[in-house]
Amino acid sequence: MPQIVCENASLGYDGKPIVTGLSFTVNAGDYLCIVGENGSGKSTLMKTILNLTPPLAGSIRMEGLKPTQIGYLPQQTQVQRDFPASVLEIVLSGFQGQRGWRPFYTKEEKVAAGANLKKLGLEGFQRRCYRELSGGQQQRVLLARALCATQKCLLLDEPISGLDPKAAAQMYEIIQQLHREGITIIMISHDVGVALADATHILHIGKHLFFGTKEGYLHSGIGRAFLSEEEHK
Amino acid sequence: MMETLALYLGYPFVRYALIVGVLIALCASLLGVTLVLKRFSFIGDGLSHVAFGAMAVAAVLNMTNRMVIVLPVTVVCAVLLLRTGQNTRIKGDAAIAMISVGALAFGYLLMSMFSTSSNLSGDVCGALFGSTSILTLTKGEVWLCILLSGLVLVLFTLFYHRIFDVTFDENFAKAAGTQVDAANLLIAVITAVIIVLAMNLVGSLLISALIIFPALSAMRIFRSFLSVTVFSAVISVTCAFLGIIISILAGTPVGSTVVAVDVAAFAVCAGIGTAKGN
Repeated sequence: MPQIVCENASLGYDGKPIVTGLSFTVNAGDYLCIVGENGSGKSTLMKTILNLTPPLAGSIRMEGLKPTQIGYLPQQTQVQRDFPASVLEIVLSGFQGQRGWRPFYTKEEKVAAGANLKKLGLEGFQRRCYRELSGGQQQRVLLARALCATQKCLLLDEPISGLDPKAAAQMYEIIQQLHREGITIIMISHDVGVALADATHILHIGKHLFFGTKEGYLHSGIGRAFLSEEEHK
Repeated sequence: MMETLALYLGYPFVRYALIVGVLIALCASLLGVTLVLKRFSFIGDGLSHVAFGAMAVAAVLNMTNRMVIVLPVTVVCAVLLLRTGQNTRIKGDAAIAMISVGALAFGYLLMSMFSTSSNLSGDVCGALFGSTSILTLTKGEVWLCILLSGLVLVLFTLFYHRIFDVTFDENFAKAAGTQVDAANLLIAVITAVIIVLAMNLVGSLLISALIIFPALSAMRIFRSFLSVTVFSAVISVTCAFLGIIISILAGTPVGSTVVAVDVAAFAVCAGIGTAKGN
């Protein structure tokens, strides 16, 4: 069942296209990894999927999914690293889309927030201070917030940037686990090696475009060229 | 000393000053947490200079009710500053500096050219550092202040979670469908209102202190957004109350006394924070 369908889209901003002729489909339960060089338009694609910038041409549409139902894990900002907030306050803010004009959170939402923390191995962390957690724990808190916003589809922007190898491996394991539970994963990553280990589909954007299964990517000219380039870095 | 205090509290103008001072400090500290965390501390400073410029215009025009000019001009500038601040950080910074020094210079120029007052430097000094106007408030001004502070409090309570959302993570908020621009606009407008109110208390050069010190003090000790907000309000109200009392007893200028108490409170909080190992 397709969730996101992108047809012959041109992406860019201020009327200047960065990527043209982009087509891909994300089915429910897929694990799509988006790779490409810096400046190739990965973040623009992400904003387009989240419905923050419209495509310049072509179309991108959701089926059975609203753009606000995508659980988004943005990259951490400097402001957040020393932000005085408890873990619960941050995870609850994942419900902001559902909260609307209601000025408070319901009991059910608080319980659900706790459940999502438990799922990510942070049981009992509700009252802890966010800025005192390790990088890996902070990232898991933000992932728990994304889970509050969705049960269907997660969009992860460089989820392991700034993490040490052990925390990164743990993060990938959690993402893999969520994927097994049936949540669609869309991940932007620099880390091609691990991406290829876990993902089911690859979208390569840049001068040349590729979309297909992981096996197809490994045998394509563009995939082999990119991988050998990454290895030599 | 208590007798002197009781004597002073018998005067309505002292009670008015305490009510208005405490309310202004409360509102300023609530918004301060957000402004400091969003790295917007300077917007308060810039806007207060704009308010000074607008006040100069009102003074030259010999208007009895200066709020009519000062409030709209400051709100408009708050909106403009926020708009430019969104594009790039450098541009936003420069815009604030430009508007604030421009308004300051323009205000003084106008006052020195057209003012009919015999005590020009006294007027300017009063507007910049807080005059005795806090002690000459009329009943109407007190009610206006109570009304506006009440409005700020209600808005802040209703939109508390929304303010947290856009302060902690604008990108996530946008993706979740939150009207981030509208929320930022609301924050800017409320900030402008508070600054105009606070000019009576501490004068336009010292307003930033009222906004940032309580928030920074609270952040030294507390570790959740709610506790920081609440404690920041408590500390600000206490400092304003003490500051006004001290200034009455010791005959010091109201504005700078309140700010001095705020600074002292910050030093204490920083000490406690260090001792706790934060």
